[in-house]
Amino acid sequence: MKSNLINRKIFTLLKVQYSNMLEYRVEIALWAISGIIPFFMLNIWTNNNLYESINISDVLLSRYFLCAFFVRQFSVVWVVFSFEEDSLMGKVSPYLIQPLNPFFRYFAQHLAEQITRFPFALIIAFFFFIFNPESLWIPNLGILLLSIVSTFLSFLIQFLIQSIVACLCFWTEKASSIERLLFIPTLFLSGLLAPVVSFPSYVKSWIYLTPFPYLIDFPANLLSGNETNISGGLSMQILWIFLLFPLFKKIWSEGTKKYTAMGS
Amino acid sequence: MNLRKYFKVYKKFLYSSFASELEYKTNILVDLITAILSLIGSIFLLSIFFQNNGYIGGWKFEQALIIQAIYTILNGITNTWFNPNLTEIVKHIREGTLDFVLLKPIDSQFFISLKKINPSGFLEIMLGFFLLLFCIRINQINLSLSFLSLSLITISCSICILYSLWFFISTTTIWFVKTWNAIEVLRSFLYIGRFPLNSFSFSLRIFFSIIIPIAFITTIPSEVFLGLSQLWKILLEVIVASVFLITSRKFWIFALKFYSSASS
Repeated sequence: MKSNLINRKIFTLLKVQYSNMLEYRVEIALWAISGIIPFFMLNIWTNNNLYESINISDVLLSRYFLCAFFVRQFSVVWVVFSFEEDSLMGKVSPYLIQPLNPFFRYFAQHLAEQITRFPFALIIAFFFFIFNPESLWIPNLGILLLSIVSTFLSFLIQFLIQSIVACLCFWTEKASSIERLLFIPTLFLSGLLAPVVSFPSYVKSWIYLTPFPYLIDFPANLLSGNETNISGGLSMQILWIFLLFPLFKKIWSEGTKKYTAMGS
Repeated sequence: MNLRKYFKVYKKFLYSSFASELEYKTNILVDLITAILSLIGSIFLLSIFFQNNGYIGGWKFEQALIIQAIYTILNGITNTWFNPNLTEIVKHIREGTLDFVLLKPIDSQFFISLKKINPSGFLEIMLGFFLLLFCIRINQINLSLSFLSLSLITISCSICILYSLWFFISTTTIWFVKTWNAIEVLRSFLYIGRFPLNSFSFSLRIFFSIIIPIAFITTIPSEVFLGLSQLWKILLEVIVASVFLITSRKFWIFALKFYSSASS
């Protein structure tokens, strides 16, 4: 009975958010376009023959950047911005009364957005293959499933980190600037702009201990068929989730105790 | 057109927005750290490109740093003026408060483009200037009057182009209501301004100099710094900047004809 209720909750949340997101198709299409920075980077790499220096072939590198684009598309998180707006507007108060953690609502929002975004990402990939027909490939089913799993884990890690930052709203009201700060290392170290293999060795020696390369570099390498340690990568992703989740629970319970609604 | 009046009004704008922004002092500190990290990140990325190659698109590392410096200055200007004001247009139109702006006995474009200021962008501008001074030293550039005036002209033209691009997209809000994501697309395109134009493939070069003139924004001023720029390029930039500025003005007046306030 109880599990049935939970199922219904999840289903309803997803359905509501999906129809909500379909309202904003154009916006989501634009958002998909704004993620094409990896292709500009690829253009610099191939146009200057830089791939020769890192022992990755031209084709594999273009596949890598395409996969980086895909992984990024399905792991974008903006929960801080939604939560900040809701908490400044006082919308969090009614959410807190409901027998459902408000972060489930945001979570469903993100999943629904990803479903809406999927066709647009496919269209962009289609154009990519028109311009780069030699990089067309079909990953085998096992790898495809594994990379979907690891992309989802990457999404979970980012969602947890941002939710923790979002909870800082209970103390500072403007948590989004902290998120913008955290976004900088994510941008440069995750492998979105350059594959981690190409990094100088003084960075490579410590970067695998941080969560960053598991956000984009690892899933993109996996999907594009570049060399990577599959079991090591997946276990590091799971380890980070296990580290971050208790932290989120702790800060959430502390924060809700601290919470005073706007105007009270 | 009474210049003195506008100057007086602008002083009031400065005063009121400084007062409101200084409410969030820690925010300014966080923004400063973000700007520094972002600069470090882009120099890091640049160093990856150059680690095994002496030249990228015909530019040496020291020369490419000038582009970074100019990009940082322009990005600081964007964060100080364009971003806080022009994203406000979206809000004005969605909530119908543009009515109040139009009723004021002052030019609406002036009001909308300069009302707010974000002081943390100043720090980024200063950061860019320091890097630029450093680049002038390591590239052994001789400062002369003609050089200074030429670089001032090209940089102000870049600012005009950048402003027009932002204003143009923000104006389309009158028809589409939500253009937040179109601004994100512009942001991601502007990202290529961090790299020399010649490092991209021919088709991208054409796209970014004819359709969206991002190429002009950083590459031409940097060429002036290095003494590589031909006169026709500078003239072209002046023409493009004035065309953009005039078109953005005309477009705003045209768009206002279609403004029908919220809920009417």
